Amino acid sequence: MADVAIRFEQVWKAFDRNAVLRGLDVEVPRGTTVTVMGGSGSGKTVILRLTAGLIKPDRGRIEVLGVETPPLREEAMLPLRRRMGFVFQGAALFDSLTVYENVAYPLREHARLSEAAVAERVHQKLALVGLRDIDGTLPAELSGGMKKRVGIARAIVLEPELVLYDEPTAGLDPTNARLITELVEGLKAQGVTETAMIVTHDLEFARTVSDLIAILIDGCIAQIGPPEAIFESRQREVQAFLAGELEP
Amino acid sequence: MSAAARGLGVRGRRIAAYYGGLGLLAWDVGRNAWLPRRYIPLVVSGFDAIGVRSLVVANTAAMFTGMVFALQASVYLSRFGADLYVGPLVALSIVRELGPVLTAILVGGKVASGITAELGSMKVTEQIDALRAIGVNYVKRLIVPRIWAALLVFPLLTAVADFVGLVGGMLIAVYERQIDVYLYWNTIFYWVVIRDLMTGIGKSLFFGVLVTLIGSYNGLDMTGGTEGLGRATTATVVQVSVSVIIADFFLTKLFLLL
Repeated sequence: MADVAIRFEQVWKAFDRNAVLRGLDVEVPRGTTVTVMGGSGSGKTVILRLTAGLIKPDRGRIEVLGVETPPLREEAMLPLRRRMGFVFQGAALFDSLTVYENVAYPLREHARLSEAAVAERVHQKLALVGLRDIDGTLPAELSGGMKKRVGIARAIVLEPELVLYDEPTAGLDPTNARLITELVEGLKAQGVTETAMIVTHDLEFARTVSDLIAILIDGCIAQIGPPEAIFESRQREVQAFLAGELEP
Repeated sequence: MSAAARGLGVRGRRIAAYYGGLGLLAWDVGRNAWLPRRYIPLVVSGFDAIGVRSLVVANTAAMFTGMVFALQASVYLSRFGADLYVGPLVALSIVRELGPVLTAILVGGKVASGITAELGSMKVTEQIDALRAIGVNYVKRLIVPRIWAALLVFPLLTAVADFVGLVGGMLIAVYERQIDVYLYWNTIFYWVVIRDLMTGIGKSLFFGVLVTLIGSYNGLDMTGGTEGLGRATTATVVQVSVSVIIADFFLTKLFLLL
């Protein structure tokens, strides 16, 4: 049981009367990168937010890093969230803080480090995502790709056991999308992100970085497996999704 | 059931949900009232945002309110030959009611709408979720320091506004109604007791917490993107004004009973 980082069992979630997840069952084994793919509004981001405990399911059981999360109150979720990193689709950088302060923020909140140690760790993570000499820059002055990289640096600065990526290549030009793909792949290869859950609709990105791909259709996982198995799937719904022919 | 009754029912539920949410936020603030040392600078910056930057607004209103009150009071009191009591009348009105209420409405509206705008834009850009995802207690980080700052600053602002209002009253009493300046202050010190002053200061403590909670709740609860943010900010100004006036009635009853 301990080799599973995330487990969803019969999870239901609706917004108003729109049921997004309908009895979702999925597992993310430790040490793997699992990508959830599905159409717009299919509930991909909802899965990430449920995993981080930012929203609660209507029904079902969720276990993250060995902790059952739905019964936990906000305060009780905080220690678990410190073991995760969350990369938001729009980066969600603190706009009044500089790049350095954004990346240093989790350390200042949770790690009792000297300012020199904080600086060393921040610069190490910024270098890891390919950013240097932008310490004093404000998020508003960064390009979309740079914001995402700062967001990744902030998410991994506490060296979490699990990283959640929400559409990391969405809204980026092909060059920046390739850079982010190489970065996510590089972080995995270097062991910086031991376990990751990614939601995306970018087929090429998913094929490159995933150990397993899960296809989310109608609020349930239609198929989960290695990329090659998914791209050669004989399931009609999965084929339709990959061909861009699935009706929303 | 008629459409009007149904409409009232829906509106009633919405109001109950709003004040219920506000109550739950107050409960959360109470549970997280203790602040770690690293958040103390946030309280200090709250002094600046709520206090220093509101001094001009609060004192301008207080000065002219004191002047208007002295003008009106002196006209009517002179009919009974009671011009001498302009000072105490102005002082009691300002210290017990107008000082704390006007400060809360003016400063509260300004401060609370600013809090709504800030928290609302943080919500729209997922910065509050980012704080939560980092494992930060957002109530402790974003709201409690503002509550502490308001608790400390509102009574101070009210005390300063009270004094400025009395000075405004004095200007009219002395230069318009030719009342002796020593008489003005002597009658005030004779008739106004420390309990009157404490009533106003006590109210301002409550108002400080109330307006900060309303501003914070409306920011956290806003929906509808940037358009919703505009609506939430406007609603905050209205709700602060109405809530302060309603709360003032109950607080006045309470302080009269004590």
